[in-house]
Amino acid sequence: MIALYVVVVVLLLLSLAISRQKTIRALKTGAMMLLNLLPPFVSILMIVALVLTLLGPETIQFWLGNRSGCIAYVIAAVVGSVALIPGPAAYPMSGMLVDNGVAYPVIAVFITTLMMVGIVTLPLERKFFGMKLALARNALNFVGALGIGMTMALVWNLL
Amino acid sequence: MKAYLSKHRNDMIIIGLFALASFLSFFLRWDFGLRTANSFAQSLVEMLSFLPAIFILIGLVDAWVPKEIVAKHTGEGSGWKSSLWMMLLAMLQIGPLYAAFPVACLMWKKGTSPRNIFIYLGAFCTLKLPMLGFEVGFLGIKFTMLRTLLSVPVFIIIAIVIDKFFGRNLVINDVSESKGAKSNTENARVNG
Repeated sequence: MIALYVVVVVLLLLSLAISRQKTIRALKTGAMMLLNLLPPFVSILMIVALVLTLLGPETIQFWLGNRSGCIAYVIAAVVGSVALIPGPAAYPMSGMLVDNGVAYPVIAVFITTLMMVGIVTLPLERKFFGMKLALARNALNFVGALGIGMTMALVWNLL
Repeated sequence: MKAYLSKHRNDMIIIGLFALASFLSFFLRWDFGLRTANSFAQSLVEMLSFLPAIFILIGLVDAWVPKEIVAKHTGEGSGWKSSLWMMLLAMLQIGPLYAAFPVACLMWKKGTSPRNIFIYLGAFCTLKLPMLGFEVGFLGIKFTMLRTLLSVPVFIIIAIVIDKFFGRNLVINDVSESKGAKSNTENARVNG
């Protein structure tokens, strides 16, 4: 956390030294984005807090935790493929899942399928690429996401 | 202010209800409500501690990396060098995947190779800089680095496979004229 702020302050001072105008524009852009994303961020944290308290950490860990094995990856992949959660909301949600004992590789599968596989948007994608290619792209990415998760599971503890 | 509230109406309703429920739980000493509010408060503090830094970073990237110059380089041939520029261009975008389909169509019309189009889509999904910023904040640098490093070969392989089987007679239809696709692209800017 401290490292992050050190980097940001150094970059900010550097930017300020080169161009005051651009730095002001950068801060304005950042502030506008923050203002627009704060409501969805806060509301998703509330929803996830409610769902997690309803289910209880035991249930989460039973289905998605370290000892649930393959089933955790399958659940993460299916939910990620079907759900239509905007990217910025997926990260706070994932962060809370990690805090509740969900393994990082499972989160990787969830996030990757969420971003690369879209079952709900398949009708739209079909219009662009045709059915065959749209299905192939989604299937390949589904398998790829599982591959990413499993590789991560293998190397996570080595790093 | 009014425009801001109406734009985020659904979120505001959720926030309002949650605040009201937490307030009542506090007075009625309702255990379930208190636990939910506590869990929320913890993650909120965690989030607010790094969010300003992430957004300053996003603003700086937006101000200093000129998209146009990167876009210019993507047109140079169809080799691996242009693939790299495609990935860079994708990193500077925002929005969900379906917002990138019309862009893919545009690239196809301009003669971008099928492999590079799908490399662009893969990078668009997994490497967008603002998203990486959030990812580092919420899930840590180790997770972000590892997921990114694993994703790059995966989407390159997928692009090669698609190029092999569909590349020869690839057609990307222009449906961006229809109303549905257009409003989706507009939503994309909000949904990030």
